[in-house]
Amino acid sequence: MSLPSELPPRQDIGVIGWVRKNLFSTWYNIVLTLVAAYLVITSAGPLLNWVILEATFTGESASDCSGEGACWLFIGQRLNFFIYGFYPDALQWRVDIMFGLLAVAFVPQFIERFPRRKWFGIFGLTGLPLIGYILIPGGWFGLEEVQSSRWGGLMLTLILAYVGILAALPIGTILALGRRSDMPIIRGMCVVFIEVWRAVPLITVLFMASVMLPLFLPDGVNFEKLMRALIGITLWQSAYMAEVVRGGLQAIPKGQYEAASALGLGYWRKTGLVVLPQALTLVIPGIVNTFISLFKDTTLVLIIGLFDILGAVQSTITDPAWRNVTTEGYVFVAFCFWIFCFGMSRYSQNLERKLDTGHKS
Amino acid sequence: MKKQLLLVAIATTLGGTLMAGSVQAATLDDVKSRGHVQCGVTSGLPGFSQPDENGNWTGIDVDTCRAVAAAVFGSADKVQFTPLTAKERFTALQSGEIDILSRNTTWTLTRDASLGLNFAGTNYYDGQGFLVSKSLGVDNAEQLDGATICIQAGTTTELNLADYFRTKGMKFNPLVFDTSEQTVSGFAAGRCDVLTSDRSQLAALRSKLEDPSSAVILPNIISKEPLGPVVRQGDDQWFNIVKWTLFVQINAEELGVTQANVSDMKSSTNPEIQRLLGTTGDMGEKLGVPADFGFRIIQTVGNYGEMYERNVGPDTPLGLDRGLNALWNNGGIMYAPPVR
Repeated sequence: MSLPSELPPRQDIGVIGWVRKNLFSTWYNIVLTLVAAYLVITSAGPLLNWVILEATFTGESASDCSGEGACWLFIGQRLNFFIYGFYPDALQWRVDIMFGLLAVAFVPQFIERFPRRKWFGIFGLTGLPLIGYILIPGGWFGLEEVQSSRWGGLMLTLILAYVGILAALPIGTILALGRRSDMPIIRGMCVVFIEVWRAVPLITVLFMASVMLPLFLPDGVNFEKLMRALIGITLWQSAYMAEVVRGGLQAIPKGQYEAASALGLGYWRKTGLVVLPQALTLVIPGIVNTFISLFKDTTLVLIIGLFDILGAVQSTITDPAWRNVTTEGYVFVAFCFWIFCFGMSRYSQNLERKLDTGHKS
Repeated sequence: MKKQLLLVAIATTLGGTLMAGSVQAATLDDVKSRGHVQCGVTSGLPGFSQPDENGNWTGIDVDTCRAVAAAVFGSADKVQFTPLTAKERFTALQSGEIDILSRNTTWTLTRDASLGLNFAGTNYYDGQGFLVSKSLGVDNAEQLDGATICIQAGTTTELNLADYFRTKGMKFNPLVFDTSEQTVSGFAAGRCDVLTSDRSQLAALRSKLEDPSSAVILPNIISKEPLGPVVRQGDDQWFNIVKWTLFVQINAEELGVTQANVSDMKSSTNPEIQRLLGTTGDMGEKLGVPADFGFRIIQTVGNYGEMYERNVGPDTPLGLDRGLNALWNNGGIMYAPPVR
C-alpha cells in the first residue's frame, strides 16, 4: 500500500517559498533585503512624484511649468527638433518613412514565429540603406534636396550608428581575414590599419576629420562635415570589429580548416561556407557589444558641432525662457538611448539562444 | 597604407605652410553661385544663436548673418547655419567651409593678426562680470577677497579672473566646471560664492536658478569682449559687405529707420536716409550688391536696436540693458561711419 504523494510544506512553495529561498535565506541576505527595500521605498516616492504625479505634461508655454515635478512640456514642445533637427517640416514625411521601414525590418526579428522574418532582416541590411540614401538627402527623382547640415536629432544619431554598424562589419571581417592571411604584404597592411585606428580615440578621429582634413583638401573640394564624420567613424569602428571577428576566427579548431581543405574547397569557399559562419556566430556577444558601444559613441559628434540627439537637447536646455530643464533633457536622452541599446542587447540574446552558441546543453 | 601615411605627413607640412591666405577666391561670387550665405554660429547660446522650438535659428549673431544674406540676395532666408564649437570655428572659416563666422567671437590682436582673419565690426560689446548670491551682501567685486569662484574650464575667463585678482592684490579659490550648466548648478548648490562669465551669459545663467532674484550681477566689468562677425583675410570686397551691413543697421537706428517705417522712409527727403536706403546714390554698386541693399536689410532684419531688443533686450528672458551697446549719442559706444 502506498500513500498518496503529498504537496511539499506550504512554506516551501509559492510566493512564500520563493521569498524565503531568495530573500531571507541567510542572515546577510536578510540584511541586504531590508537595506534594499528601505532604499527602494524611500526613493520611489519622490521619484514617482517628480516623474509623473507633480510633472507638467500639457500646456502652452514655459510659464505652465510651475510645479515641483518634471517639466515634460519642454520635451513635448521640442520633440520635433529632437527627432528631426533642422529637417524642413514639409519634408519630414521622408524621415517618417525611414523610421517606418526601420521598424518593419527589425521588429519582426523579435517575434519568434513571424513568417519570413529573415527576409525582413535582409531588407534592413540592403534595401533600407539604399532607400534611405535616396530619400533622406533627396536630389533624385524630383525630391527636393535637403543638405546634411539640416539633419539632426534622433534621425542623425540613427544614421551615424546605422552606417557605422553596416559598413564596419564587412570591412572588419575582411581586415580580420587579412590579418590572419599568409601573404605578408596584405597581413602587414591590415595590421598597420587596425593598430593605427585602434590606437587613436574616436574623439581624435572626429576632430581630425572635422578640423584638420579641410585644411589639406585643395580649394573648392569641400565635402560635408557629416560625410567626413561618417568615414572617420566607419574606419575606426572597422578596426575594432576586425579584432572581434579575429577572436572568432581563432576559436575555430584547426580541424575545421583541414576538413574543408580535404573536401577540396578553395580559400574563399572554405572561408565563406565553413569558417566564417561558425566564427561569426561565436562572437555575436562581442559584435553586439561593439555595436552598442558605437551607438553610444555617436554622441561624440557633439564636439564637431553636429546636432545628434544629445547635441540637440544640449543646445536647447539653455533656453532662458524655460526654468532649469537640464535634468528633463538628459533623462529624455538617456531613455532614448536605453530603448535602442536594450533592444539590440535583447536581439543578440535571442539570436544566441536560437543558434545555441553558448554550448549550454 | 604606409604610403598613405607618408602622403598625409607631406600634406600636413605643406598644408601648414600654405594655410594662411590660401583661400583667395572671390567669396561674393561663390556665395552668389551657391545661392546662399554659409554662416558659422555657436551650437546653442541663448540670445546669440540658438534653435527655437520650430528648429529655426534665433539670436543676434544669427540675425547678423541674415542681414548679410538680405544685402546680397534681398532675402534673409538665403543663409545656412553651421553650428561650430569654439575649437573648430577658425578652421571652418580658413578652409572656406563658411563665409562668415558670427559666433560670439572676441576681437583680439592675436586673432586678427595671426589667424588670417578680419574682424568686420562689433555687434555686441560684452565684458566679464560676476554673479553673486544676494545673501553674501556684496555689492562690489573688490569685496571678493578670498571668495570661492565657479568658472568654466578652457575659457579666457579664467585668465582674466586671475589677472584681475592679481592686480587688486586679492586671493581667490577657483572651482572649475566643464560646461555652463554644471557651473550654474555648482553655484546653485552653494559650492562657490561667486560665478564669473561674460555678462551676457550671466543673465542667461541667472535665469536658470531656482529663484533668479536671489542672485545679483555686480556692476564691475573686468575685461573687454567686443564680439563681432569675422571673415577671411584677402577678400576685401566680402569684408566690406559684411562690415557695411552692420554699419547700415547701426546708422538706420540712428536715423530712426525701423522695420515698420522703412517703406515710408523710402520717400523721405533726408539725403542721409535716401543714401542709406538706396533711393539716391550708388552705394550698393560700390560694394557689389544691389542698390537698395540698405532697404532690404532693414525690411527683413531691422535696424541694430531692433535686432538687439528682439534677441537680448530687456523684454527677452535675458533682459540685458543696452549699456555700452547703446548708440554713441545715447550713452553707449555703438558708432558707425556715415553712408556717403
